[in-house]
Amino acid sequence: MTDADVTNERFHLALVGAPNSGKTSLFNALTGSRQKVANYAGVTVERKAGAFVTPAGRQVTLLDLPGTYSLRGRSPDEEITRDVVLGKRPGEAAPDLVLCIADATNLRLTLRLILELKRTGRPLLVVLNMFDIAQRRGVSIDVDAMSAALGVPVITSIAVKKAGVEQLRHRTDEFAANMPAVAAGDGWTPLSLSEMKALQREADRIIRETVTMPTKPDTLTTRVDAVVLHPVAGLAILALILFVMFQAVFSWAQPLMELLSDSFGALGTLVAQVLPEGILQSFLQNGLIAGVGSVLVFLPQIIIIFLFILLLEDFGYMARAAFLMDRIMGGAGLHGRAFIPLLSSFACAIPGIMATRVIDNRRDRLTTILIAPLMTCSARIPVYTLIISAFIPAETVWGWINLQGLVMFGLYVAGIGSALAASFVIKFFMWRDYQPAPFMLELPDYKLPRLKSIAIGVTTRAKMFLQRAGTTILSMMILIWFLASFPQAPAGAEGPAINYSLAAMIGKFLEPFFAPLGFNWQITVALIPGMAAREVAVGALGTVYAIEGGKEAADAIGQALASKWSLATALSFLAWFIFAPQCASTLAVIRRETGSTKWMVVTFLYMFALAYVASLITYTVAKAAGLG
Amino acid sequence: MTVHQTASETSTHELRLGNAPRGFIGTIVALQPDIAGAADSGHELERHLLEMGFTEGARVEILHQGAIQRDPIAVRVDNITIAVRRREAMAVVVK
Repeated sequence: MTDADVTNERFHLALVGAPNSGKTSLFNALTGSRQKVANYAGVTVERKAGAFVTPAGRQVTLLDLPGTYSLRGRSPDEEITRDVVLGKRPGEAAPDLVLCIADATNLRLTLRLILELKRTGRPLLVVLNMFDIAQRRGVSIDVDAMSAALGVPVITSIAVKKAGVEQLRHRTDEFAANMPAVAAGDGWTPLSLSEMKALQREADRIIRETVTMPTKPDTLTTRVDAVVLHPVAGLAILALILFVMFQAVFSWAQPLMELLSDSFGALGTLVAQVLPEGILQSFLQNGLIAGVGSVLVFLPQIIIIFLFILLLEDFGYMARAAFLMDRIMGGAGLHGRAFIPLLSSFACAIPGIMATRVIDNRRDRLTTILIAPLMTCSARIPVYTLIISAFIPAETVWGWINLQGLVMFGLYVAGIGSALAASFVIKFFMWRDYQPAPFMLELPDYKLPRLKSIAIGVTTRAKMFLQRAGTTILSMMILIWFLASFPQAPAGAEGPAINYSLAAMIGKFLEPFFAPLGFNWQITVALIPGMAAREVAVGALGTVYAIEGGKEAADAIGQALASKWSLATALSFLAWFIFAPQCASTLAVIRRETGSTKWMVVTFLYMFALAYVASLITYTVAKAAGLG
Repeated sequence: MTVHQTASETSTHELRLGNAPRGFIGTIVALQPDIAGAADSGHELERHLLEMGFTEGARVEILHQGAIQRDPIAVRVDNITIAVRRREAMAVVVK
C-alpha cells in the first residue's frame, strides 16, 4: 500500500457493544466534535457517525452502532447493528474492522457477544473499556491470555484518558496496514438455543481462565441501590429529582434568557432606527428578528433539560427509574422501558418516539408512541413560560417554593397524568386480551458521568434545536408575518393594520369555533403556525400583537398579553397546550415509525379533542369562578 | 460438580425465581420458559433470559423488589444486576 492510498482510502470502523459498555464515551473520545447524527435511510434508527485521522494520516470513518447483547435483531435498532456488521445494510459500507467494546468490570454478557461476532468472520478488535475502574475494584484480567483464548486481539482502554485513545488510533493504523481479505457475512445464520448456551459456556470458561474477580462486589452501587431502589424512598427520590429538574429549568435559565431577549430587542430597535419605515423594516424587525429571538430565548432551558437527562443516563440512574416505574406504568398498560422514551419526550416528542424502538413488542411500542406527545416537550416551555410569567405572580409560597415553578410542575403533572390515563384507555378498548411484553433491563453499576461526553451530547441536541429554529420555525415566522402584513390596510383605514390582513381573515373565520374556549382571533391565528412547531405559537402571538401595536418589541409579548387577556383565557390557553395537537414534525415521525397514516390521524384527532375539551372546561370553570 | 449438585439437591428444594422472596440466594437449575402468562413465549423468552445472563449454574440473589405486589425484582446474576418482572422470572428454576 502506498502513501497515497493511506490518505485517500477511507477506513471504516464500527463500534459494537452491549448497552452501558461506555461505547458512546469512547466514540466521543475518538471523534470529539467531528460527529454527525442522522437517520439510517428508510428507518428512523439514529445513525451516529464520526471521523478521525490516525497518526499515519489515515482517514477513518467511525460508526457508533446501537447497543446490543446479541445479533438476533429483536428490535429495529438491533437489526441495524446486525445488518451493518454483516455488511448487508444497503448504503452502508461494510466495516473494515469491528471494534467491540466490553465493559471490563462486567465481561460475562459481552464475551458471549464477542464470540457471536467472531462467527460473522468480520475482523474484530476487542477493547476492554473502563479498565481503570476494573482495576480499582480488584478485577485482574490477563489480557494476553484472553486474546489467545478468544482468538481476537484485545486491548485495554480508558475512554477518558488520552493515552488509551491514542493507542486505539495506533492499532487502527497497524490493522489497516495489513488488512486481511474478508469474506464476512455470507452464510451467517442466527444462533440456535443450544449454540447460544454453548457460546455462554465458552465465554464463562474464558472468564474463569483469564479473569480474577474480587471477592466483594461494587459496594458503593449496592449501598446506593439500597436507598434508590427502596420501594418508598426510591419513589420519593425520583419525584424529588424530577421536581429539582423543573425548578432548575425555571430559575437557572432566567438570567441567560433575559440576556438573549434583551439582545434581540436591542437588535430589533437598531434595525428600526437604521432602516426607513416600510415593508423591509417591518419584515426584519417584526418578522425575522422578533420571530427568531422569541424562539432562541428558550435555548438555555432546552440545554438544562438535556443536561439533566444525559447526566441521569450516564450515572446509570435511568435504568433504576425504569425499574421503579415499571409497575406504576404497568398499571396504565405501559412497559417499564417506555419510561425512557417518555422521559425523552419531555425534551421533544420526536427523539422520544424514536427512542420507543427499545420496546420490542409492537403493541407496547404503539401505545407509547400514541401518548408520547402528551408529555410536556420543551417546545411547550416557551408557551408555558410566557403565559406563566405574564399571569402568575412570582411569589414564594410555603417559604421556599416558587409559585411560577409550582404551576409549571402542575402542568407537567397534568401532562403525565393524561398520558397515563390515555394509555389506560387505549389498553382497555383496544388490547384487552393481551399480555405486556417482558421487562428485562440491566441495572448498570453507578458511574461518574464523563463531562466531555455530556458536553458533546448537550451540544448536539442544542445544534438540532437551533437548526430547527433556523429552518422550520424561521420559515413559519416569515409566513405568519406575511399573513399578518398582507394585504396592507387601505390608506386612511382605521384601527391596526393587521385587522385587514389574511391572518385576521383566517382567525376571524375560525373564531366562532374557538370562542367557547375564551380564545380571541389573535390566539386562533397563532394556533395555526403553532401546528408547525408549538413554540412558533409564541413568536406568532408576538408578531400578531407586535404588529397590531405598531412598535412593540417582541420581548414585551408577556406584558401585551397580560393587558389583553383575562386570566380565564390564559388558563384555557395553558390547558390547550397541555394537549395541543402536536407539531407537524411529530405527526410525520409517528407516521414513519408506525408505518401507517392511520395512527397519525388517530393521534391528531384524539389530542385535538382532548385539548378542546380541557380548554372548554378550564375556561368555563375559571369564568364561573370570576376570573373571566 | 455434578456430584455436588446431586448431593445438594436432596438438601435444598427447587422453586421458581418468580416466587422467591427478597434476599433469596440460590443457583439456577434450569430454564423452563413454557409458563402461562409470560409475555414472550417459549424459546423467545428463553433466549432473552440467556442473553441477560440467566444460565444454568449462575448464582442469583434477589436484591430489591418494587413497591407494588413486590414487582419487578432486581436480581444479581453472577456479577451483574438485572431488573425483571416476577412473571418472567417464573421461567427460571432455582434452588
